[in-house]
Amino acid sequence: MSLKKQLEALRDETLQKIEQSEALQELNQIRVETLGKKGPITEVLRGMKHLSAEERPVVGSFANEIRDHLTESIEEKKRELEELALNEALRKETIDVTLPGKQIHEGTSHILTQVMEEIEEVFLNMGYKIVEGSEVEQDYYNFERMNIPPNHPARDMQDTFYISNQLLLRTHTSPVQARTMETHDFSKGPLRMISPGKVFRRDSDDATHSHQFHQIEGLVVDEDITMADLKGTLEVVLKQLFGEERDIRLRPSYFPFTEPSVEVDISCFKCGGEGCNVCKGSGWIEVLGAGMVHPNVLEMSGIDPSKYSGFAFGLGPDRMAMLRYGVNDIRAFYQNDRRFLEQFKIKELN
Amino acid sequence: MLVSYKWLSQYVDLNGISPDELADKLSRTGLEVEGIDTPQEGLKKIVVGDVKECVPHPNSDHLSICQIDVGEEELYQIVCGAPNIEANKKVIVAMPNSRITGNQKIKKGKMRGEVSLGMVCSLEELGYSENVIPKAYADGIYFLPEDATPGTPVFSYLDMDDAIIDISITPNRADALSIRGVAHEVAAIYRKDVCFGERKLVEDKEDNITSHLDVTVLNPEEVTNYRMRMVKDVKVKESPQWLQNVLMNEGIRPVNNIVDVTNYVLLLFGQPLHAFDYEKMASQKVVVRRGEEGEQLVTLDGVERALTSDHIVITNGEQPIALAGIMGGLDSEITETTQTVVIEAATFDPAITRLAAKDFALRSESSSRFEKGVNLQTVEEALSFAASLMAELGEGTVLAGEVVATEDLGKDEVVTITQDKINRVLGTNLTKEEIHEIFLALGFEVALAGETYTVTIPPRRWDIQIEADLIEEVARIYGYDRLPSTLPKGTYVSGGLSNQQQFERNIRQVLEGSGLTEAISYALTTEEKALHFVKNAAPLVSLQSPMSEDHRVLRQNLITSLLTDIQYNVARKNTDLAFYEMGNIFISQGESDLPKQMKHVALAMTGLWQQNSWQVSKTAVDFYLLKGILENLMSSIGLDNKVVFQPTQAYPELHPGRSAELLVEGEVIGVIGQVHPLTGKAYNIPETYVAELDLEGLFNKNRQGIDFQAVAKFPAMKRDIALLVSSEVTNQQLLEVIQKQGGKFLQQVELFDVFQGEKLGLGKKSMAYSLTFQNQEATLTDEEVNSAMKQVELGLVEAFHVEVR
Repeated sequence: MSLKKQLEALRDETLQKIEQSEALQELNQIRVETLGKKGPITEVLRGMKHLSAEERPVVGSFANEIRDHLTESIEEKKRELEELALNEALRKETIDVTLPGKQIHEGTSHILTQVMEEIEEVFLNMGYKIVEGSEVEQDYYNFERMNIPPNHPARDMQDTFYISNQLLLRTHTSPVQARTMETHDFSKGPLRMISPGKVFRRDSDDATHSHQFHQIEGLVVDEDITMADLKGTLEVVLKQLFGEERDIRLRPSYFPFTEPSVEVDISCFKCGGEGCNVCKGSGWIEVLGAGMVHPNVLEMSGIDPSKYSGFAFGLGPDRMAMLRYGVNDIRAFYQNDRRFLEQFKIKELN
Repeated sequence: MLVSYKWLSQYVDLNGISPDELADKLSRTGLEVEGIDTPQEGLKKIVVGDVKECVPHPNSDHLSICQIDVGEEELYQIVCGAPNIEANKKVIVAMPNSRITGNQKIKKGKMRGEVSLGMVCSLEELGYSENVIPKAYADGIYFLPEDATPGTPVFSYLDMDDAIIDISITPNRADALSIRGVAHEVAAIYRKDVCFGERKLVEDKEDNITSHLDVTVLNPEEVTNYRMRMVKDVKVKESPQWLQNVLMNEGIRPVNNIVDVTNYVLLLFGQPLHAFDYEKMASQKVVVRRGEEGEQLVTLDGVERALTSDHIVITNGEQPIALAGIMGGLDSEITETTQTVVIEAATFDPAITRLAAKDFALRSESSSRFEKGVNLQTVEEALSFAASLMAELGEGTVLAGEVVATEDLGKDEVVTITQDKINRVLGTNLTKEEIHEIFLALGFEVALAGETYTVTIPPRRWDIQIEADLIEEVARIYGYDRLPSTLPKGTYVSGGLSNQQQFERNIRQVLEGSGLTEAISYALTTEEKALHFVKNAAPLVSLQSPMSEDHRVLRQNLITSLLTDIQYNVARKNTDLAFYEMGNIFISQGESDLPKQMKHVALAMTGLWQQNSWQVSKTAVDFYLLKGILENLMSSIGLDNKVVFQPTQAYPELHPGRSAELLVEGEVIGVIGQVHPLTGKAYNIPETYVAELDLEGLFNKNRQGIDFQAVAKFPAMKRDIALLVSSEVTNQQLLEVIQKQGGKFLQQVELFDVFQGEKLGLGKKSMAYSLTFQNQEATLTDEEVNSAMKQVELGLVEAFHVEVR
């Protein structure tokens, strides 16, 4: 057989082997056996010295051609096998994506804190500052400075925990405002503040009464503050807290520290005013009390009521949370049952 | 205050105004309506019955069989169990298929073998509260007037077709604690007139009160009005139906014609009255004075009251006969035998009355009116009205004249105000005419001179004294709905959180990110719990009169609050818990100074941190988990290099071998530890780890801010070192030496293994650290690192005789 024929036979045989090989190792062996230093092609090339000068380049070039052809076929087969192997490996690594993920721990802020911060944000954005103050107060600041002298019938509206004849647990956060008013420097601008915090009333705890609850009171004092400003401010705030579509209604009321005093209702956020169990059929829900700061209160804080006026308001985060989520027992806020607290994990958009 | 719509309409024209409309209008203008009750609502087929015959039931010892005319052709046989049923009485009959109170349906039936076509009803069965039913009918059925027509609905006979409006009167509007007061209010909001008419008083000109009674008030400044009238020859009996109806609708139990008149006048005028039995007063004298120590009085409710000089009493010159403004004495009570009545109309000092009512826990319709003030203008009129009505209903005679010991008729209040002031406070543009019209509608006299209104307010509106009061009147009558909405003008001020507020919010965020849920507990607790987990107990802030044992003092630590929460949860099978709470603790500074209030944060964990899952097995919370959370917190507030955990045994409620104080710059700012097993047992909770930090202490420390450094360009080198060391030696001690000896390139030291075992020998342990070296300016050489490691080794050997393994 001529060299050429030998080479052709070798080529065809090897191509078949490559085609049939199933593993990389096998393919490698074919490469070594066929193209290696001891392989048949090298052998052929080595035997060329016996050929004539005319034949040598022809056979040589043909042998190289076959070697390149085989090399390329092996490479191609190798890529093919590698891909197969990878696919097989990936197939084996397949997991059940429906198995549960690893436990990640994140706590939840208390729903009252969430509600209070939501309210605080609205006022912070309107340039109010937050003042917390003391939970134990002097009778003088809690009552007298709020225009409630000793034995005033309004004291019955707020049953009080006394500590001594002078000290008590604050029944509202208003004393914080009295203390802030007396130190405020109006040459540096108007006073705009809110005072959030715990307050206490001498009540027996039941589903709707708690001896401890929270309040956020607000106060604005400046020249020419009007009742219309109060109305406008509350409209902005309540729409932010309860939704743009809420209507707001002011009803006359009485607080010793404001005059005129109003109670503020919003149209029911559950039924929209049709009447339901949340609004007890009235279509309205009472959400806060407010009014124009009583001139006596301003005067006692060293502010000239003929020059300055102000408005004040107070709302109850506990009540708001109860209304919003349908919590029907105020004690749940202070028992801290994990199953209660963790329901408020979802960060809702307002 | 319950307001009968029918009664009110006698004094102001309510034509075309339904009770619902009226209630809504009142609510929007100043008197908050709590609800409207229509007594007949829900009742059906309740008619007048005429008992023609009444015989005992043969098979029962308490039932009667009645033949009753209910307006049908035939008499209805009804079996009745009431003890007071009798023939020839007009009764209330619930016909077959009728509805009585509670939506209960009445059907015809058989009782002990006898057919019963309906039911004879008590007032309670029509929905009346047992508090208002006259005592005579308390256990039985009610009798209707004799002229009632059989078969017609009973509602109009009982005025159950009325609407009763329940108004919640705020303390400033005591003027509306009467029907006449409400009538004035309604007249103002609907721009109508009130018409009270005048009641004629016929006196016995021959017989003057002054020859029977002498009245002295010892302290006229406390009793500014005191006047009396007498009615003689009265017959004390049941009041006429109309009067009983009014009182029952108003929530007051009819008693007899004399007492009922005092209550009627109280409701009509808002003027409390008291009626004495003249014969039983046992003297012809009335002396009003302060009580004396040791004096006693048995009041109408049969309770013996000990009097003191804090109380005003009415006496007969010697003995007390009534608690002024609160309740009369039993001895001089009006009874069926009373013939001569002495009526008192007075005004007592609000504060003294309030305190006395509180002392005796006797808050009455009378005392609450004296506390808030009464209309001085009608004291005299109310008294005459009562005397006249008592004479009419009791068929008696009013004696000529009255005795007046003190008198204060009140005076008009004059307040001036300008149009500009009103508009400036309200933000409105009300015209002069609008304002003028509102003042007139309120029944005030107005004079306008230039810009200034001079408004004259009658004594019946004693709540109005200053400008702000008038502005409120204008605003509410004008209508809050009609006020414009604006925002405060003024200069802009930037509000925002204070640094400390932001600091607290950051800490809460880190703790929640670490897996702790926020709790809010009660600030009031027991004396015992208040001082647990407190190293140096300080004076407690205690309530004068607590409501319950559990809430007596303000807490001095927050840990016990969380333990209480854990106890609550564990008792409900929530066993895996991680809580934190931020709140104030309180240290008393005496009776007049505010206590020291300090904000703390506490952490508590119990149960499993990691649940058993298909991948990992469960792990329980432990000391080092809680410590890790604190370390992370410290690093997030820039204190991680400054905080030192120092073992402590100073807290009896903590495990003595598993607790540490946190020190920053040498100052204790907190504590961490395992709850002592005995404390845990007392709280009924399983193994729990707790910590508490003083937030102000932390805030005031020199906290690091962010000090940015470019990421190092040169590689860091790591070396490990394992030490065999006495088990007494702490990690902290080893770290200090390593850090001191490690040279300037030592960046970080990490403990990666702790091992204790028999083969190491008794009292020995192995500690393995990984040290990271880094030079910001150049690549470190092996020599540099080797020499640093050598120094570390030498230092450790010298300090603790460690063996490097």
